[in-house]
This record gives sequence, structure tokens and C-alpha cells, in this order.
Amino acid sequence: MSPLVSVQNVSKNFPGVRALRRVSFELLAGEVHALVGENGAGKSTLMKILAGIYPRDGGEILYNGEPVNFVSPRDAQMMGIGIIHQELQLMNHLTVAQNIFIGREPPGRWGLFLDEDKLNRQAQEILAHMHLKVDPRAIVGGLTVAKQQMVEIAKALSFNSRVLIMDEPTAALNNAEIAELFNIIRELKARGVGIIYISHKMDELKQISDRVTVLRDGHYVATVPIATPLDTIISMMVGRTLMDGVQQPLLLASRGEVALEVRNLNCGPLVRNVGFTLRRGEILGFAGLMGAGRTEVARAIFGADRIESGEIIVRGVAVSIKSPADAVALGIGYLSEDRKRFGLLVGMDIASNVVMATLARHLKFKFVLRQQTIRATVESFIRLLSIRTPSAAQEVRLLSGGNQQKVVIAKWLARDCDILFFDEPTRGIDVGAKAEIYKLLRSLADEGKAIVMISSELPEILRMSDRIVVMCEGRITGELDRKGATQERIMQLATQREKAMAA
Amino acid sequence: MVEPNTAAIDAEDRVATTFRARFFGSIARQKLFAFASLIVLMVFFGFASPAFMQVENLLGILQSTAVNGVLAIASTFVIITAGIDLSVGTLMTFCAVMAGVFLTYWQLPLWTGVLAAIATGAMSGLLSGTFVAKLKLPPFIATLGMMLVNKGLALVVAGDKPIYFSDTENFSTISQGSLIGYVLPSLPVPNSVLILFVLAVAASAVLSRTALGRYTFALGSNEEAVRLSGVNVDRWKITIYVLAGAICGVAGLLIASRLNSAQPALGQGYELEAIAAVVIGGTSLSGGTGTVLGTIIGAFIMSVLTNGLRILSVPQEWQIVVTGVIIILAVYIDILRRRKL
Repeated sequence: MSPLVSVQNVSKNFPGVRALRRVSFELLAGEVHALVGENGAGKSTLMKILAGIYPRDGGEILYNGEPVNFVSPRDAQMMGIGIIHQELQLMNHLTVAQNIFIGREPPGRWGLFLDEDKLNRQAQEILAHMHLKVDPRAIVGGLTVAKQQMVEIAKALSFNSRVLIMDEPTAALNNAEIAELFNIIRELKARGVGIIYISHKMDELKQISDRVTVLRDGHYVATVPIATPLDTIISMMVGRTLMDGVQQPLLLASRGEVALEVRNLNCGPLVRNVGFTLRRGEILGFAGLMGAGRTEVARAIFGADRIESGEIIVRGVAVSIKSPADAVALGIGYLSEDRKRFGLLVGMDIASNVVMATLARHLKFKFVLRQQTIRATVESFIRLLSIRTPSAAQEVRLLSGGNQQKVVIAKWLARDCDILFFDEPTRGIDVGAKAEIYKLLRSLADEGKAIVMISSELPEILRMSDRIVVMCEGRITGELDRKGATQERIMQLATQREKAMAA
Repeated sequence: MVEPNTAAIDAEDRVATTFRARFFGSIARQKLFAFASLIVLMVFFGFASPAFMQVENLLGILQSTAVNGVLAIASTFVIITAGIDLSVGTLMTFCAVMAGVFLTYWQLPLWTGVLAAIATGAMSGLLSGTFVAKLKLPPFIATLGMMLVNKGLALVVAGDKPIYFSDTENFSTISQGSLIGYVLPSLPVPNSVLILFVLAVAASAVLSRTALGRYTFALGSNEEAVRLSGVNVDRWKITIYVLAGAICGVAGLLIASRLNSAQPALGQGYELEAIAAVVIGGTSLSGGTGTVLGTIIGAFIMSVLTNGLRILSVPQEWQIVVTGVIIILAVYIDILRRRKL
């Protein structure tokens, strides 16, 4: 069978970074082809070239055996190549149908007015084809993330796409939603659609894909069947055999002094009567499903959202935190799950980002910046965290996701915060960098910092936490120590809606 | 720890990137481009009319840029935070009127008039900043309101007649005198121009070397992330508006000193010329980038254009049309260039 898409020796350069060097890749019709590699390996870049978002600097792309040269995403879309970005590209205020047919609305009377009924009918057909129960008239902003993702897929399919690129499609989905997504993928596959699937979650790849192509540092490494042992694939990704570097924490009950105590905290529907204690030297895992209120708890304590009631006691002293500035002054740091929106100034350089929370320490006469101390600090963190960059003056938007995360971590380490909230610290981060971040978290705890780690990945929670708090619908439904914690037990607590309601 | 990948970024790349970033970064290139446009304009008018290159005329251009340049510096700060300040023009007038109240109505010494103008500017900035930061009004609306408030107050205080500074000796030297000419008689650059350049250097230093400057860019880049870094965003934002207001006070002194009077009906329209200068100078209205040097060049492009067209006896109506077209062209070319990067 001749390949549907054949990428041959494609290269791409960005200022200061060679993103892709002579990469080749093939996709067959009816195949789910996984694309893996560490952050910065070039997966997203390659896909953006294929989807017409970036021009390529060299090489050829064959589609149905014909050389093609997409000049715009629309161009690629019209030819049947659709892409679903990690960050969804929907207009939240429009309806499902309006989103699907944006720019291609069926003309109504006299070609002047839009024919909303026809629009909704056509959308309904596509949704029905996907066995999806979504009202085409529903406003997209009001749907769950999973449903929004389905709308994106529906939109891509409405172009009669023969190639569908999915970049980390499950990052924001829970297990049931992932299963739903996989059903749709299988159906598309049966219809002969070729699917390119980018993900860091190896277990998912095993379930859904047929072949795996590995990229590393912008180079093509290999294409192997999915049956290849995981260790082999991971070692191809990282270019060495991955030692499971992180030691399990010792089974000592952490007996550090209490760093933070929260009592009866209320803040909106997703933080109801939340109470817990956090000790120095421990990692307290916050488990739960998406939307259980874990992020909201962290934001409330950090002063990002105004609390309705409750007590926050930091190092034995009851405090009133009205703004993030108050929290930071008390030594509390928060690493958001959404780095680009809440953590980084992507248009500014690494140096500005790293010292953003500590600028006051780098001032002469409380006013003038000390460039030398800033540079020294930033460079020491670039070395300490192995941030991969040509220089401290590099704009953050040009870094890969993992390196961006390290920049945020550097910001809080520079601030010497001793109570740290890590919200999904490894989201969108590859296996190698994950291990690094785990090690980092553990060593921070060992230094006596008190850490809350919010995570939706159960293996991560189980592996990293000294104690685990489980939330469901804004309430804490249970607390487990590491001995008593299993995936089953956590899931049980995380889905205890009745208890959450009754509590 | 993952070893830093040396294959992807070798030493040569590193040197090349920092060098390029420093000398040919987008901001440096923007300044170069704006500067080149200014030179091209001047060469064009120079050839088109011998009168243009006369020292007298060039000094006139410098002089006429001073007020707009100072207002544009004020706007630059606000625009880099992704805000906009529509009140700078009428605020300038109100500051001039307040100087007149101190000096002419109350017959107080010169320095009180200077202080009154700058303090009035700062107060207005404090209000705009508070509306934006605390009441969360969009900057466009907050400063549109302040534009009218300042305009109205100037008329309330002065009535519809100008306040003359004939009782205050030396008031006109603020703008018309020449400190440089005193030292170097062959170079009679008026003080207003000196003040513009001193202010530009100071503002540039504040933007690139102080915490205030760093937060100005940071707010325009991602305000929420700055807030979540524990920075008191509201306080800094208000400070920036206060600073912009105070700079408008300086502009008020300059224009009053040049006319030797405070004209209460003047002022509206200046804010748009200031914004045009900022934008031609390469500062993005969406915030996060910009330079004072660019703004100054932008202000000069505007006045060279006005002056040159006048010398070529283009009717005034058409001068306005051409200025509008140039603004659109300048920003469009800038967008084209950015797309290429």
C-alpha cells in the first residue's frame, strides 16, 4: 500500500534553534501512527509543517503520492489534512454548529443572510456520524473540555479529512472521556482516515496506535511497531537507557513541623469546607478528577481568588491572604497547570521571567536593576535545572514545554518559597524531563520544603506523595497515607459524589 | 539530570544568537527602520525645497516636535502596558492652566507654577490609574473620561479666555531660551528640545534599567502571570499612569511657555498625534514591546512631514490626509516586517 502522506527529509530552523533536520515520516491510510519524543524533539513543529502552519526550510512532502506545498492551514485543510491542537482553537461564544462551519456557512436567502437551520442540520449529521450526543445549538464555552475536543474533531471531519493530526488530545480528559475519544478514533480508522497521534502517555499509545515514530532533538530516530517493548521506545527517545532515576521516598512518616494548616476553607462551588495540614519535608498529593476543585483550593490559598471563609495558618500563625503578593510574602509559591496563561511572560526573555517574583532583591536604591546579579542568578538556575537554551536572553516562547516549566520552577526557587503548590507539574512534559522534575520535587522536600502536588495521573500521585488527599466536587473525600493508597482506593474516593454531597 | 544537549546548540550558535539578539533584534531593527524612514523623508524634502534644510527651519522642526514628543513619551509607558491614554492632550492643557493659576492669578514664584503643572498631571494620572487598576475600567474608557474631565476643568478654571504669563519673568525661557546656545553660541537649540531629549534619555533608562520599566513590559506581556508572581500589579500600574501624567505636566509647561499663555480650548487631538508617534516608532498597541527612541523618531517623522508639506505649499487639508495615510502605511510596513521574522 502506498503511503497517504510521505514526509521526506524535511528541515526547519528557528532563530537559535534547529528544530528539524532532514526528518522523514510515513502515514498509511487507516493507521494510527504515534509520534513520540522528548519536549523539543520537533514533534509539534513537524506536524505544524504538515498542516501548513509553518513553511518548511527544506525537504518534500508527498500526499497521495503527489508533491504538495501548503501555504496556509486552510490550504492543508481543504486537501484533507486536519489538525487538532493541544490548546483548542474554538470560539467560546459561538455555538457548536457555528464553530464547525466557521468560514463555510451555507448561504441562505439571497445569499445575504445565514441559514442557521441548514447549518445546524449539517452539524447534526456530522455529530450523529460520530455517535456524539451534543446539541449543535449549544454554546461551546459551556461544554466540558472533552466535548469541546469532540467539536474540534467534528470540525476537522467536516472537511472530509483523510489525515487527522492530534496533539496531546487526552491531556485534559478523564478516563471515561478518553475511552470515548478512542472509540471515535477506531471508527475513523475503520473509515480509512490516517491519524497521527502525539502523546507522552505510553499506556495510551499501546492501546490505540499501530506504529510509533521516534524523534529526538529534531532528528528522525526510527519507526517501530507498537509491539516494541516500552523500554526500547523510551531509550530511543532519550538516547540512553532510562534509569528509573527517582528513588521512592522512604517510608518514614514525615514528622516535620506543620508548615501550613487550612481549616474550613470555602471559595465558590469547588472549594467547600476544605481542611488539611501540610508538614515540612513532605509531598502532599492532591488527587481527584478534572474539576474536583484541587486547582481552586490552591488558588484560594494563594490569594488568587478571594475566599469566602476559612482559616489559613502558616507556620503556626493565622494569616489573612488577600492577594498573591501576600502569599508570596509568606513564602508560598504556586505553579499553575496553565503555564502560558498564568506562569510565564512568553514574549519576554528567560532572565525577566526567572526574577519576576524576586525583582526587589536585584535593585540598587530600591529602583535600579542590578544587571550583573540578575544575570548570575539566572545563569545559575539555567545550569541547575539544565534549561536548554542558547542564552538567558532567549524569549520564553521559543523554548519547549519542558524548558518553559523549568523556567517557572526557577522563578519560585529563586524566591526561596518553602510552601510550594505544584499544579500538574508534568503536564505536557516528556518522560525524560518528568524524571528530572520528580527528582527535583523530592530533593526540595528533603531540603525541608512543604510541597503540595496536584496531579491527575495516579501513578504520579502514588509514586511521589507521602500522603494523599482526594477531592471530589469541591470537598475532601478522604486522606490516605502511602501504605494504604492504591489506584483503586483513590478512584473510589475521587468518585464519591454522594459523600461529597452529604458532607 | 538530562545532560544539556550540546548537539542542538553548539557554541557557535550561542555566540551568533546573542550577537544577533543584541544588534539585530526586532526592536533594534525597528529603530533602524524608523530612523531610515526619517532620513529618507528629510532627504526627499531637502531635494524638493532648498528652504527645508535651512538651520532656521530645522530648529523650527525640533521646536515643534518638543510638545508632541514629550506627550508621546508619556503615552509610550501606558501603551507598553497594553493600555492607552486618551487624556494626555487635554491634561497637558489643564496643567498649563494650573500653572497660570499659580503664576498669574496668585502671583506666586515660578517654581510653584512648575510644580503645580507637574502635580496636576500626576494627580490626573493617579485617578486614571486607579480607575484602571482598582475599578478595572478598560484604559480606553477611563482615559476617555479623564480626557473630558480635564478639558472641562480647564474651561471651568480659566473661563474661555487664555491666561497670559506676562507677569512672570522668565516663564517663556522654559521653552524659548537656549541653555545650549548660552554655552555654544553657534548652536542655539531651544530649551524645549533640550528638555525633550533629557526626558527621553531618562525615560529610556527607566524602561530598560529599573524595576518600574521591567514591570511596565511585564504587565503588557502577561498581567495575570505577573500578579501570580506575587507582584503588586495594581500599585505598579497606578505608578505608571502617575508617571505618564507627570510627564504631561512637563508638556503643559512647554506649550504654555512657547505661547506665553495657557489656552484652555487647546489640547484635544494631541493625544492622537502622540499615539501615532508611538505607533510609528514601533511600539505595539497590544503591549509588551516598545522603545522611547522609537517614539522620538516617530514624533520627528510626524513633524518633518507636517513641516515639509507646508514648505512644498501642500494645502493644509491635504497635509492632514497625507499624515493619515503615512500612519497607516508605517504601521502596515511594520506588520509586514514582523511577519517575515
